[in-house]
Amino acid sequence: MESTSITEHIPRLRRYARALAGDSHRADDLVQDTLERALAKFYLWRHGSDLRAWLFTIMHNVFINQLKARRELALDDAVLDGLQSAPQSDPFELRDLDAALRQLPVEQREVLLLVGLEQLSYAEVSKALGIPVGTVMSRLSRGRDRLRAVMSGTSTVTSLKLVK
Amino acid sequence: MSNLTETDLHAYADGRLDDVRRVQVEAHLAHDAAATESVRVWRAQNEALRALYNPVLNEPVPQRLLAARPSRRRWPNYALAAGVMGLSFGLGWATHSYRTDRFAEAAALPHRAAVAYAVYAPEVRHPVEVGADQQDHLVKWLSKRLGNELKVPRLTQQGFELVGGRLLPGGKGPVAQFMYQDAKGQRITLYVALRDAEPRDTAFRFSQEDKVAVFYWIDGKLGYALSGEMDRASLLAVASVVYRQLNP
Repeated sequence: MESTSITEHIPRLRRYARALAGDSHRADDLVQDTLERALAKFYLWRHGSDLRAWLFTIMHNVFINQLKARRELALDDAVLDGLQSAPQSDPFELRDLDAALRQLPVEQREVLLLVGLEQLSYAEVSKALGIPVGTVMSRLSRGRDRLRAVMSGTSTVTSLKLVK
Repeated sequence: MSNLTETDLHAYADGRLDDVRRVQVEAHLAHDAAATESVRVWRAQNEALRALYNPVLNEPVPQRLLAARPSRRRWPNYALAAGVMGLSFGLGWATHSYRTDRFAEAAALPHRAAVAYAVYAPEVRHPVEVGADQQDHLVKWLSKRLGNELKVPRLTQQGFELVGGRLLPGGKGPVAQFMYQDAKGQRITLYVALRDAEPRDTAFRFSQEDKVAVFYWIDGKLGYALSGEMDRASLLAVASVVYRQLNP
């Protein structure tokens, strides 16, 4: 039987939300908002299409709206590159990875996670986020470069919040 | 290899290349130390992400997520109805009365459906009035009584066979109840009630009525409720199929 139940996708939605939002409480809030919206819009889902990709699309929209509401959208690359701070000397460790992800602009973090963590194809990421494949690739490239730089201590660790 | 792009390198690191392209990239990497190092780092990033977040998959899912209900965001038909009513009566009042009506009706439908389920599902000898062997007659008869053409979902793929149906009195007139049963004898019912309020649609909702789980929705003049004494996730799997068959 084809997998149609939204419920069975919850563990993977939680994993992605945890990586995307960081804090576990906030991540589960994101999952809950996503599920509520998915249930309310379930009639829009096309039978036979990929339910998981559709759920990622909804989560993306919910997450962006939440960030906008909190005025917390990450700054873009140009601004990030202009920020200076002392280089980090910590070695590569898993617990640093979570912090490092927060240093990535949201649009790069999403692509990086959908590809690297969720193992979606580039075409699936393109569809889920509603952007061309070329944009997926450029965000993936910049996201990976930035993550590499942050993890090797050559980039800023300043906490970035847009406050106005 | 002149036409190697950075996209190829990413696709190589992610295991997304076909065999031919993969061999070409490998040939290139053999004499490009920087590209080789990039691929190594990207793969390490992927592995680290999975190592860090995969444990979330094994955590128990919090109850509040399993109990998530459709959000109260307005759906298009609601916006339209509120807008039209607002023209005549003033938006504030219309919105208020619409909501009141919505809540009253929303509470009544799953409750009635669950009671009807509780009464007839345990019935051994007379679970239905008309059996599935006379399905054409059953559908014609109930369609005529409800004044709407009814459709009976096929749930064979979900393991449920139609037992039959019966006519019931509802709050606003006649109600049709279709009963299904799986190989273990577990039963679910689809309750279809005629509404006398103006046609509209609602999203999919869930209600737990004592031991009976109910998914319900309104589609135009008819209210639907799928009831079963089973867990929410299992019923949802069936309800989503019913919903899509009725709303192709």
